[in-house]
Amino acid sequence: MDFHFSSREEAFRQEVDDFIKRELPSNWVEESHFWPGGYGTIPDFEELGSAAELFRHRLAEKGWLTFSWPKEYGGSGRSNMEQAILNECLSYHRAPGPGVATLISGPTILLFGSDEAKRDWLPRIARGDIRFWLAYSEPNAGSDLASIKASAVEDGDDLVINGQKTWSSGAHVSDYAWMIVRTDPDAPAHKGISLVIVDNNSEGITIQPLINICGFHSFNEVFFDNVRVPKRNIIGERNRGWYYVMAALDFERLVVPVGGFKRTFEELVQWAKETKRGGQALTDEPLIRDKLADLAVDIDVAYMFFWQTAWMLDKGLVPNIEASVLKLVATQLSRKLANTAVDVMGPYGELERGVKWAPLKGRICTGYLDCISGLVGAGTSEIQRSIIAIRGLGLPWGGS
Amino acid sequence: MDFGLSEEQEMLRKSARDFLQKECPKQLVRQLDESDEGYSSELWRKMSELGWLGLPFPEKYGGGGGSFLDLVVLLEAMGYNVVPGPFFSTVVLGGMTILAAGNEGQKKGLLSEVANGKLILSLALTEPSVKYDDAASVKTTATARNGKYIINGTKLFVNDAHIADYLLCVARTKATGKPENGVTIFLLDSKAPGIKCTLLKTLARDKQCEIVFDNVAVPKENMVGGLNRGWQIIRDVLQKAIVAKCAEMVGGAQAALDMAVAYAKERVQFNRPIGSFQAIQHYCANMVSDVDGSRFVTYKAAWKVSEGLPATMDVAVAKAWTGAAYSRVTLLAHQIFGAVGFTMDHDLHLYYRRAKAGEIIFGDGAFQRAIVARELGL
Repeated sequence: MDFHFSSREEAFRQEVDDFIKRELPSNWVEESHFWPGGYGTIPDFEELGSAAELFRHRLAEKGWLTFSWPKEYGGSGRSNMEQAILNECLSYHRAPGPGVATLISGPTILLFGSDEAKRDWLPRIARGDIRFWLAYSEPNAGSDLASIKASAVEDGDDLVINGQKTWSSGAHVSDYAWMIVRTDPDAPAHKGISLVIVDNNSEGITIQPLINICGFHSFNEVFFDNVRVPKRNIIGERNRGWYYVMAALDFERLVVPVGGFKRTFEELVQWAKETKRGGQALTDEPLIRDKLADLAVDIDVAYMFFWQTAWMLDKGLVPNIEASVLKLVATQLSRKLANTAVDVMGPYGELERGVKWAPLKGRICTGYLDCISGLVGAGTSEIQRSIIAIRGLGLPWGGS
Repeated sequence: MDFGLSEEQEMLRKSARDFLQKECPKQLVRQLDESDEGYSSELWRKMSELGWLGLPFPEKYGGGGGSFLDLVVLLEAMGYNVVPGPFFSTVVLGGMTILAAGNEGQKKGLLSEVANGKLILSLALTEPSVKYDDAASVKTTATARNGKYIINGTKLFVNDAHIADYLLCVARTKATGKPENGVTIFLLDSKAPGIKCTLLKTLARDKQCEIVFDNVAVPKENMVGGLNRGWQIIRDVLQKAIVAKCAEMVGGAQAALDMAVAYAKERVQFNRPIGSFQAIQHYCANMVSDVDGSRFVTYKAAWKVSEGLPATMDVAVAKAWTGAAYSRVTLLAHQIFGAVGFTMDHDLHLYYRRAKAGEIIFGDGAFQRAIVARELGL
């Protein structure tokens, strides 16, 4: 057993740190609304969008968006631990990281796509030239994702798609939908779903904004009305889409913003040190010390889950329930960090950005709203617990 | 022992719920939340016509002669409907202060105007140190000069000051001796020269303000409750305000519970209503415990205050439990609603925001538990 980073890993961390400080605008960490573990405050949806795009291209040039891919497709042959270090550093600086295209679509195409699909998509994804949005959820298919209704019917060389997707994060700032559609209405739910790439500019697509409770336009409702897509855009085998989507969950495992928790926590501690109440620093008050220490413990535990997952992947072990545990731990921490921060700051924590008295640029107030999203997005906490119980612990499934 | 409301209180509760459902739809709540003013003069007028704005004041001052408990019943209904506006500032914080400590002229002059919907009041108490239990935290000064007092200082997190006609400013009038024996309350025209009021944008969109007093002159007749006697008055008013805030929170928590249960019954996933899943059932059961617990401790404290019985412990218990419970309830409701609850168009965030603000104001759970501990003799 050894909890040190290797000298190669330490050197890589330094390289990443230098890179981020060089390439990210100097006011970024201050200006970003980013709340770790939330889905409602992503720079792409904020006023920082164009700078985020530029930074992501720099990451692509380094090959850091396609870490684990084969070299011929732009991969860099580095370890999962190094991937984890990169992700940690990025979130520590609230920097934009990998998106749907590099994180989910690329690896899925690598594993299941035809040679044609690899040629069609991988180079552009690796260069950071195209962006995808996840067209999964529908109004009546959330936790029960396999019950999707959006349909695709063959017509000559095309598929014709009809239906509605919702909670479509970033659909309005992306180029392609990474979409699941029902291609066999007669098959059992999980066995009639296909994965297909749909150009956002196709005729018949209507994207309508949904404003989240932080006040950002992060997600959308998207309507598909007789949208024609070439059949070659189907990824992998027809009607196997569900299994590809499930497999792709593995790729998201290391995208947990542990560094973001640490950063915001450090800023909270700093604020408490500098804030005096009745001549005494807040950090001298036992109750405040307890709340802050409690957070530090939670962050340390989250870090352990995070590094352990990277370690497993490098050992060639397949993390099973770890993805769900990590997601659960991280999003609960997201909520707790926001809640504790408001408790520590009192009414100051309720102040929005722009108010001169608002600490940390009002990030805590926004975070208190955004922390809800982590607990319900990308599989609610309840779904994660069911996965841990059923898939991980072998408990029986009580549903129908 | 009797846990029930009187017939009149039941009627008030029901008519308030019906009225607000009709006259204060969520669309209006949303619109007022997002506006700078934060209140509707039309709704304010209708509330006045119903006698709500004068409910707890004696009839001789133009009020309805209701008890504090009656007011609590009304506030629960208002919390259920998340009614925006300066009711709390005007009737609870302002009105109760004047009722408790004002002279006959002030009571006659001001309370009837409040009841008529002609006056909005705001209590300028907290300062950047935000201490509710420490008289020494009142740093804003009022200095006697030529028969007047000159006020200087900064008040922060003052609700509804931006629309108030009068401010009740809590100021230090004696620098030496015990801090609690050197605080005085002054009634100020909010438009007086030297007052600068800035609206702060907040989580609950509850129209808190910063007020800077720069050499603001106030006649000494505008003192409320006598020279250097302000702190005890504030303590008594805060006790009522805490219970009143709890009543609002009970109503809000009940509404969040009702919404979540209705949705759990109708939302189908995996071919069954999500309310048939044990995880969701347990959430709902936990919410019921929180809401009912909140109501019991709040009404017990309200009853004691209303009867004039010692209530320090009960008020602290009510706030410690209810504040945390409201936040817990709205959080569980968010789990039940999932993504749709994360949209601005959904009603739930109106409650989630207010829950946290309610938890924090007048001292959070840790603050209240410290009082409980003290009352236990620890």
